[in-house]
Amino acid sequence: MKNVLGREIPESIQGYGTVKPFKGAFESLGNVEKKSVQLRSIVPGESKILSSIREAMEKCNIKDGMTISFHHHLRNGDYVLNMVLEEVANMGLKDIKVAASSIFPIHAPLVEHMRNGTVTGIYANYMSGPVAEAISRGELKNPAIMHTHGGRARAIQAGDLKIDIAFIASPTCDSYGNINGVQGPAACGSLGYAIPDALYADKTVAITDNLVPYPASPIEITQEYIDYIVEVDSIGDPKGIVSGTTRITRDPVGLKIAKMTSQVIEASGLLKDGFSFQTGAGGTSLAVAAYVKELMKEKEIVGSFAAGGITGYIVDMFEEGLFKSLFDVQCFDLKAVESYRDNKNHQGMSASMYGNPHNKGAVVNNLDVMILGATEIDTDFNVNVTTGSNGMIMGGSGGHSDTAAGAKLSIVVTQLMRGRLPIIVDSVTTVTTPGESIDVLVTERGIAVNPQRQDLIEKLKDTNLPVMTIEELKEMAEEMTGIPEKIQLDDKIVAVVEYRDGTVIDVVRKIKD
Amino acid sequence: MERLRRTMLFMPGNNPSMLQSAGILGADSVILDLEDAVSITEKDSARILVRNAIKNINFYDTEVVVRINPLSSGFGIKDIEEVARVKPDALMVAKATEEDISTVCGMLEKIEEEEGFEKGSIKLFPLIETAYGIENISSIIASSYRVIGVLLGAEDLTADLGIKRTREGEEIFYARNKVASVCRAYKISAIDTPFADMDDIEGFKKDIQKAKSLGLTGKAAINPRQIDTIHEIFAPSLEEIDYAKRVMKATEEAKKEGIGVFSLDGKMVDAPIIARAEDILKNARLAGLL
Repeated sequence: MKNVLGREIPESIQGYGTVKPFKGAFESLGNVEKKSVQLRSIVPGESKILSSIREAMEKCNIKDGMTISFHHHLRNGDYVLNMVLEEVANMGLKDIKVAASSIFPIHAPLVEHMRNGTVTGIYANYMSGPVAEAISRGELKNPAIMHTHGGRARAIQAGDLKIDIAFIASPTCDSYGNINGVQGPAACGSLGYAIPDALYADKTVAITDNLVPYPASPIEITQEYIDYIVEVDSIGDPKGIVSGTTRITRDPVGLKIAKMTSQVIEASGLLKDGFSFQTGAGGTSLAVAAYVKELMKEKEIVGSFAAGGITGYIVDMFEEGLFKSLFDVQCFDLKAVESYRDNKNHQGMSASMYGNPHNKGAVVNNLDVMILGATEIDTDFNVNVTTGSNGMIMGGSGGHSDTAAGAKLSIVVTQLMRGRLPIIVDSVTTVTTPGESIDVLVTERGIAVNPQRQDLIEKLKDTNLPVMTIEELKEMAEEMTGIPEKIQLDDKIVAVVEYRDGTVIDVVRKIKD
Repeated sequence: MERLRRTMLFMPGNNPSMLQSAGILGADSVILDLEDAVSITEKDSARILVRNAIKNINFYDTEVVVRINPLSSGFGIKDIEEVARVKPDALMVAKATEEDISTVCGMLEKIEEEEGFEKGSIKLFPLIETAYGIENISSIIASSYRVIGVLLGAEDLTADLGIKRTREGEEIFYARNKVASVCRAYKISAIDTPFADMDDIEGFKKDIQKAKSLGLTGKAAINPRQIDTIHEIFAPSLEEIDYAKRVMKATEEAKKEGIGVFSLDGKMVDAPIIARAEDILKNARLAGLL
């Protein structure tokens, strides 16, 4: 069958089940039910502290076929997923499903667990490195399921993603399971992505390298959700926590895109007191923040909040008084961690509060402007941030679809060409985010507005910005690059891309060798 | 076509990705460099790259100037042969003398005829960067009707003079005056030498202001990040524009009433003041400020 975007998807996928096709960004909102959680109450005097991960797994009655979960706040410095999986393999367990909010190159040992049948399923919102490559080559038994950040919270809450045991890497944990992310050798700041796991998993195990006397302070994840605590030597390398791209680009083309983007924001009329803003950690996105900062200062605008993964640059804007508050689901660098620890207006949010479409209103719904990236965008404005030009998985939505859907103005910023490849195509390899939730594309050679935003097209007419159709932009690039051949993919489905509401927006097919 | 030439951005001729984006960085002109930015082993490949870039890449409204190697080097002649045939807007001639300018001009006559280009369509931009050049700037400009401006090259000039180049630039005070004055006399562009220290923002701004105050009409840039600052400083200020508008309005009214000399804000307005007001409004229009 074809979903509403015309993507060819089977009605049922082996290893996934029946497909609920994507129908539109806001077609599945309404009444929902949360899953109930079974738990074992703890009697006074009982200790939660166990001596090893193995003991914790035994206490949790881990069995073949179970789903175990992890958060990705330690990013490419995370040791916990590998530690737990090694023990899983040592115990001879099979058919384990790993629900990690994101997977990074450091998680390479997972590939071997996939090959020998220890791990047969993976859920992630984002993945890069050897695991993503192995999945793309068809080395995982069942298709991987790719969520959005808000969609993962929704899936957990709805029971679509049932977590048997959540292993929560805890930079600080007290003896009764109160956890924070701001103290300890692997302090990573907000623990927003771990919160749904803690709330809805059958069993939760805190893994910590900073076990402190009761009570910890501050507390982000509270004791009532934690079954067991295991102390280890180290949960992660703080150097790997820092996202690779937290500096403003020096590339003149990136700066030009950023400057034009700030002019689009200004022309939209949204840049006024109470302005809210989110941008990723890429060099061009941060440069947009820098130009927005100049405009806000010049016009003496005080914004309401900035949200998302928070970088030191956004913290600087906050400390200069340009935003009254920050909503932080994860810290991208140590400056953000410090601010989150020290400033009460730098507030944490859970993945659900951030982007879950099936709650009573997520933070993304209050966003004025969102700056997004793209590896490909098609003439319907559908965006791919999941697969690269060779069809290999190299990312995923993360918060892309969530923020695009929520923000009043979603702007994709990208160079018109990357290397020798044009970025605008007739049809993206994989749809991550539907075009209906993208308002504007800004490239160095021109700006295209989604035709459904006639209001914005009118506003931009009064500026001297180079506004054109997305087809014109595409031709402009193709004049230089030519039209690349479509990549050939196998029929086998290696990953299912779920939109934030749990419907299937697209599938990723195996790359041909 | 009348155009602004506030910034001329140098770009190395051997960097494909930079050449590809040369037209979108906001500079009024780009100088695709075959000379100092290109090592001796890459002269051939850079020449081919620049030729193909001009042929295939859209530079939009940006003026495309190619800095060729000195004629004495042996590369210069080849540069002209190859590059002029794709019709850049102008060639920049390093360490230009009268003889160089007329040689290049002669070659261009021939190439234009062979290629069917309009005669005189490829312009010339002498780079004045020797003591000889400064002292003979007028005759160098007069060596070809193609000359549309002069770029002052302070690094080579101070080396030639045996003096030190400083941040404040007092040592090039005379050269700047000379270039500005002669170029104004010929009604061509007088472009100031680039400022090298990207981290010294205050020094950079002062340097641009100095050039503007001495009558230079624009400045070379060596990094795209310098463009906006140069444009801001070379743009007429809002006060200047406002005053110019009032001068023009008062002039019109005076004309209607048949008054020759009149006063505005208590000061006499005469022909030079009106000419200056017209000039400011013209530049403001070209810069998109009106």
